[in-house]
Amino acid sequence: MQNRIDQLFAKKQHGVLNIYCTAGFPQLNDTLPVMTALQQHGADLIELGMPFSDPLADGPVIQDSSTKALQNGMSLQKLFEQLAGFRSSIRVPVILMGYFNPVLTYGVEAFCAKCAEVGVDGIIVPDLPMAEYENEYRPVFEKYNLHLIFLVTPETSEARIRKIDSLSKGFIYAVSSSSTTGKDKDMKDQQAYFERLKQLQLKNPVLIGFGIKDKATFEAASAHANGAIIGTAFIKAIEHSTNIDETVKTFISGIIQ
Amino acid sequence: MDIAINTGNSRYQVDKNGYYGRFGGAYIPEMLYPNVEELQSQYLGILSDPSFQQDFEALLRDYVGRPSPLYFAKRLSEKYKAKIYLKREDLNHTGAHKVNNTIGQILLAQRLGKRRIIAETGAGQHGVATATVCALMGMECVVYMGSIDIERQAPNVARMKMLGATVVPATSGSKTLKDATNEAIRDWINNPVDTHYILGTAAGPHPYPDMVARFQSVISEEIKKQLLEKTGSEDPDYVVACIGGGSNAAGAYFHYLDREAVKLVAVEAGGKGVHSGFSAATTQLGTIGIIHASKTLLMQTGDGQIVEPHSISAGLDYPGIGPMHAHLYESGRAQFLSATDEEALAAAYELSLLEGIIPAMESAHALAKLKDLPLNTDDVVVVCLSGRGDKDLDTYIRHMNK
Ligand SMILES: Cc1ncc(COP(=O)(O)O)c(C=O)c1O
Repeated sequence: MQNRIDQLFAKKQHGVLNIYCTAGFPQLNDTLPVMTALQQHGADLIELGMPFSDPLADGPVIQDSSTKALQNGMSLQKLFEQLAGFRSSIRVPVILMGYFNPVLTYGVEAFCAKCAEVGVDGIIVPDLPMAEYENEYRPVFEKYNLHLIFLVTPETSEARIRKIDSLSKGFIYAVSSSSTTGKDKDMKDQQAYFERLKQLQLKNPVLIGFGIKDKATFEAASAHANGAIIGTAFIKAIEHSTNIDETVKTFISGIIQ
Repeated sequence: MDIAINTGNSRYQVDKNGYYGRFGGAYIPEMLYPNVEELQSQYLGILSDPSFQQDFEALLRDYVGRPSPLYFAKRLSEKYKAKIYLKREDLNHTGAHKVNNTIGQILLAQRLGKRRIIAETGAGQHGVATATVCALMGMECVVYMGSIDIERQAPNVARMKMLGATVVPATSGSKTLKDATNEAIRDWINNPVDTHYILGTAAGPHPYPDMVARFQSVISEEIKKQLLEKTGSEDPDYVVACIGGGSNAAGAYFHYLDREAVKLVAVEAGGKGVHSGFSAATTQLGTIGIIHASKTLLMQTGDGQIVEPHSISAGLDYPGIGPMHAHLYESGRAQFLSATDEEALAAAYELSLLEGIIPAMESAHALAKLKDLPLNTDDVVVVCLSGRGDKDLDTYIRHMNK
């Protein structure tokens, strides 16, 4: 079967909306209800955070959601239990995002096999660098038809972006500014960088993330790429939600209506 | 006082990919790639430049007060029936070995054109050593410190502030050294161009473990010369050092790594007992994983979450060890022991009363294992006395009254 991420981009090249949520947040068993609501109300892609004790690349909001999820009892094993059978109701591509240590401890091959078994399509591991992936882990990810999605930043050189493009599958995650997640930086400053990316005519689609928080920032980012990723703003929106479906509906309609 | 540049093809030194055996590497997010790549490609060139070496040497001599004495501890030797020498890093300016590294890194930061310095600190010794060199060079300095450590090392917090540094409390996780390091890394991600991160121990992404070890290698270079003078041989039977991330040990071992007759002893913090649930004895409790961008041994749950360690000593309260030490452990080149909080306290009192030297809580862990080594009267033992105990007086006084 063709990977669902590739199927998505074959159909839709503009305004692709990817929403990030930490698994097991705000309550342990909210993972599936959140995913269901995201699909229902128009997210094209779902990125599920695998919580980690030491999320180096994240700002306070996602850090706190991670801590909360761990306190709720979330773990990789628990997550795979929750995801068993989710493909009977959820069709959109699902990406797991998390740090390398829990994956390494779970066993990279066992992890990939489990992802394939439950129906996960791609993985984002910000602290697994390209060189290590290439030297050691690439064959395992490919064996299970999992797309490893790499990040590029405004500081990434053209040669390196091209290398990342050649190794990436699915899409490239363009971080809007060199920062941890949730930093408010002005989109206008990044225009030149987005234009530069566009000029490179990469083989992979590009989604822009970090600092996308509302309709204006989503549209600004989408104008330069195939779409955008929202994380921190969504976590803030559902943090105290008592009605997941209603909250997700309101949030998404504020972005794409 | 040269910095070790040529390390040949030692089994125990870093390889060209940044690994020690199967440990090391640079598991960094892409946002840190330009910074880390710049360091990787430039550090050896800068360190081997004669003008850099001259500046480093001059500051170590005139500002830090090196060489630090190698002191024959007569009464301690009588007690343990061996020839015990103390490498007096406690007599360095700022009171610990940490300053050897910060002098090196501030000179490096200047050559890289950086204007702003960040650091993490546990006991506050590295924070003070960083604030000191920033004052010396007129650079902005931000130090991250766990909020628990800010409480237990108050004098060092005051010193950093007096030296002009901004001390930012790390309030996530265990609120100690691990979390301060996370915050420093996040700061670096957010300030990719003008900032250099002066990491304080032989851990973190390549090239830090190797770079820090080279700056600290001045310790064993001096030991060789001083022992030759005092005993007629450069080589002791034992070199004993405490291990937090492993920088004082890396420096004390450096020139002995390939002299296999010299036994290397590493002492980790046992906390309330290795299996009490309150310990920082990484090699005994840890498994392979990634911490602070390095593949090394660390304390983690079965689910790969990093656990919160415990030690009475803030400088050893870290759930990992540097990759060089993970390799020394796995290859059997170094012997790893642990000392409990109680053993370390007793050793600190003992050194104070026998030799008139109040050691840092961290260094006291190394001293605490003298009683467990199978020593002969002719054995020459060098203990790295990594720092002085002024910063720990509160802890010492509290236990004195018990
Ligand atoms: C006096 C002293 N010794 C030892 C250490 C432990 O660090 P390392 O293992 O890097 O030498 C510290 C850390 O703060 C310290 O202050």
